[in-house]
Amino acid sequence: MAGAVNLLVQSHPINSALSLIVVMGSLAAEYLLLGAEFVAAVQVIVYAGAIMVLFVITIMLLNAGKEERSKGSRVAILLGVPGVLIGGVFVAWTLLHRSYMQSVPIGALKGDPKDIARLLFHDFLLPFEVTSVLILIAIMGAVVLASRPAASGARKDEG
Amino acid sequence: MVPLSYYLVLSGILFACGVLGFLIKRNIITIFMSIELMLNGVNLSFVAFAAHWHVLSGQVFVFFVMVVAAAEAAVGLAIIIAVYRTRETLNVDQVNLLKL
Amino acid sequence: MTPQTLSPLLCTIPLLPLAGAAINGFLGRRSSRTAISAVALGFCGLAFFMALLIAANFSSAAAPYSFRLAHWIRSGTFSVDFEFYLDQLSLVMLLVVTGVGFLIHIYSVGYMWDDDGYYRFMSYMNLFMFFMLTLVLAKNYLVMFIGWEGVGLASYLLIGYWFTKDSAAAAGKKAFIVNRIGDFGFLIALFLIIKHFHSLDFANVFAAVRTLPTETAGAGLLTAIGLLLMVGAAGKSAQIPLYVWLPDAMEGPTPVSALIHAATMVTAGVYMVVRSSVIFEHAPMAMTVVAIIGTLTALFAATIGIAQTDIKKVLAYSTVSQLGYMFMACGVGAFSAGIFHLMTHAFFKGLLFLAAGSVIHGVGGEQDMRKMGGLRLYMPWTFATMGIATLAIAGIPPLAGFWSKDEILWRAFGASWVYWLIGVITAFITSFYMFRLMYMTFGGDYRGTVAQEAHGHGDHGHSDNGHADRGHGQGHGHGEPHESPWVMLGPLVILALLSVVGGFVGYGNRFEHFLAPVFQGATGIAQEASPESAASALEYLLMGVSISVAGLGWLLAYLLYSRVPQLPAHIATGLGGLYRAVANKYYIDELYAVLFVKPLIEGSTTILWHDIDQGVIDATVNNSADAARHVSDNVRHMQSGNLRSYAGWVAAGGAIVIAYMVWMGVR
Repeated sequence: MAGAVNLLVQSHPINSALSLIVVMGSLAAEYLLLGAEFVAAVQVIVYAGAIMVLFVITIMLLNAGKEERSKGSRVAILLGVPGVLIGGVFVAWTLLHRSYMQSVPIGALKGDPKDIARLLFHDFLLPFEVTSVLILIAIMGAVVLASRPAASGARKDEG
Repeated sequence: MVPLSYYLVLSGILFACGVLGFLIKRNIITIFMSIELMLNGVNLSFVAFAAHWHVLSGQVFVFFVMVVAAAEAAVGLAIIIAVYRTRETLNVDQVNLLKL
Repeated sequence: MTPQTLSPLLCTIPLLPLAGAAINGFLGRRSSRTAISAVALGFCGLAFFMALLIAANFSSAAAPYSFRLAHWIRSGTFSVDFEFYLDQLSLVMLLVVTGVGFLIHIYSVGYMWDDDGYYRFMSYMNLFMFFMLTLVLAKNYLVMFIGWEGVGLASYLLIGYWFTKDSAAAAGKKAFIVNRIGDFGFLIALFLIIKHFHSLDFANVFAAVRTLPTETAGAGLLTAIGLLLMVGAAGKSAQIPLYVWLPDAMEGPTPVSALIHAATMVTAGVYMVVRSSVIFEHAPMAMTVVAIIGTLTALFAATIGIAQTDIKKVLAYSTVSQLGYMFMACGVGAFSAGIFHLMTHAFFKGLLFLAAGSVIHGVGGEQDMRKMGGLRLYMPWTFATMGIATLAIAGIPPLAGFWSKDEILWRAFGASWVYWLIGVITAFITSFYMFRLMYMTFGGDYRGTVAQEAHGHGDHGHSDNGHADRGHGQGHGHGEPHESPWVMLGPLVILALLSVVGGFVGYGNRFEHFLAPVFQGATGIAQEASPESAASALEYLLMGVSISVAGLGWLLAYLLYSRVPQLPAHIATGLGGLYRAVANKYYIDELYAVLFVKPLIEGSTTILWHDIDQGVIDATVNNSADAARHVSDNVRHMQSGNLRSYAGWVAAGGAIVIAYMVWMGVR
């Protein structure tokens, strides 16, 4: 939570990225508490390890600096923030006043990699394959989008 | 020992923070990171429910969410780089050519 | 011919001219004149032939014949079908309409030959025949109303035939609109009939009416119906106050005037009143109103006729006047006398109009009598036939008009001597203006564009062939009058013959006996002057009075227009304002314009057009379009291209959804 709030507060994106890493780490710990070892491991490896690194690389590549003040949108502030707050309050109130007070013991469900693997390759085979295709497409898209316009030659690339 | 609703409330707070970040921040990369934060919050609630109902497919779904998040982050960052090349700015308010 | 074979023929009779109208209307534009004439005359003649066939096989014992063509309205207990009907009354009308109509069609071939829209004319004439035949052969009021409206339509089309002429188009409009006013009364009467008798079929309605008591109190349902029917008849048959369209209708070609405005359409009102005789007999006050209107119209129109200078206008007012006679007859209960006069009037008035057309044709289009004269020398046949018709209309025995007019006057006397007196005065005036027309047109010397001989002596024409005193060897310039071709003269001769012998149909009350079954079951006034041929001394005395009156009129016309031609002008200036009033039709048209037409047009323009149509309807449409535009203008700003504002909207919407769901869950 602290990390999340910090993300909002920081003005330099690199600081926000680092606090996001903190968030992910703590989430991994939560997963472990819930007995989802595989998920925790994947969280650290993929999310904190790969995605956040990607973010950091991009920040550094683009030399993102401190955020400037700019005019921005009034609507976002006027409508959106209250909206979020209201929605959040509603959800929280619902959750807390309704059921779901049952406890969840620590490590109740063993998230064995073996069991997960069985599910993954058995019941959820199709989504699994589809996601691999998705990643392929993502890679191709990323390569195309980020490549410098070689053939046009009309513009010099800016750093 | 920890009530389920606490996990869910935490998940909701993370999600709310993500949305707030999306609305408040001006740097496009920070906005993307808020999106990741939102996804993480959702993941947490998935895992919590999986533990609550002793159903493993919740964790499998978390796996898929992460995959999608990864793909989306890759493509999104590529777009940011492409936009940065033309617009020379990372300020999202200045990328408004689609206005009526 | 049995009723089974005769009855279906009834529906073919109207449909034949309809076919002719359709063929000429659709295919006529590229056809030759001969083809068009063949089609038009063929179908019309065929209809006439069938009418003759039916007449030959008509048997009073088997009458009335009826034939249903198709179902029409079936609504609960109320039903109206396309049914045709033939009894003695319809037979008479049928023969008159087809016979005179056919003759006029033949005449039109000659008269309209050089006109550009020849096919259109023939098509409209056939169309008119179709509607008129539907009217007379109808078995219920609604089919009659189809014919009624249809002849109004045909009249409009034919009056405004030369539609490029403003006055003709306006006259057509006037005719149709004034007719419409009458039709309104007719319709209300129909509604009353439907409401109270639950049927429009003649048989049903009249049977029901016969069971009702006579409304001697002067008010009640039948009186209302009768009065409203009379309104319709006044519109169609040009009685006071709805006669104003008929003089204007002279804008149409002369055959139109002959057919529609003399012989047939204007008699539709009379036919309708006679057909509804049962209703009228049970409503004495309505009958009195009919008689009064008829009598007054007869006198009124006749007085206007004496000051007119256009030959067709004289005849138009004469028609109005003679129709007044017919209504007077109906009003006193002499229905068969009214029909008798209708028949003879069709002959001589049709002849008069056709002959007038021949005259106009012969002098190259001139219609002003002051520019005519001496035409007996140039057009002997026209002169002869028109002379016969004039004698007929003046009521000089033994021609047809005498018999029918005298019958009416005798029956009118039986009802009240006032009717009779006005009728006699009108007869005098009729004779006067008709002979005035004859003298101005045919007597004296030609006052037209051709130079005249130095001396001309007044010479009143006789009814037989006048012998030319001098040859007309001038022959210089066009504008020299000439006789019409035989295709036009033929019908004139036939009609002249009919005008001579047509009266003998009514001799010895034969006509009345023939029509009696139609009126059987009638009560009240009708039987008063009973059909026994009690040719009493009184009747002979009255007969003598009417003959002498006709002679007086002739004499006066002779004096004023032949012997001393300067006198009329002196009289006119002497009478000053009175003469001007009469010559200007008593300014009735102007009065109507001020009272009705102008306020109506003003009201339409200001209130209906500006205020409502533009102000309300257009404004609503325009303003809703404007509102849509304004709304979209404002909503447009949402599309700002700004990512964060979009996100803001999404978040807000999401919050609303969440709130709603929570609220739903809580309830």
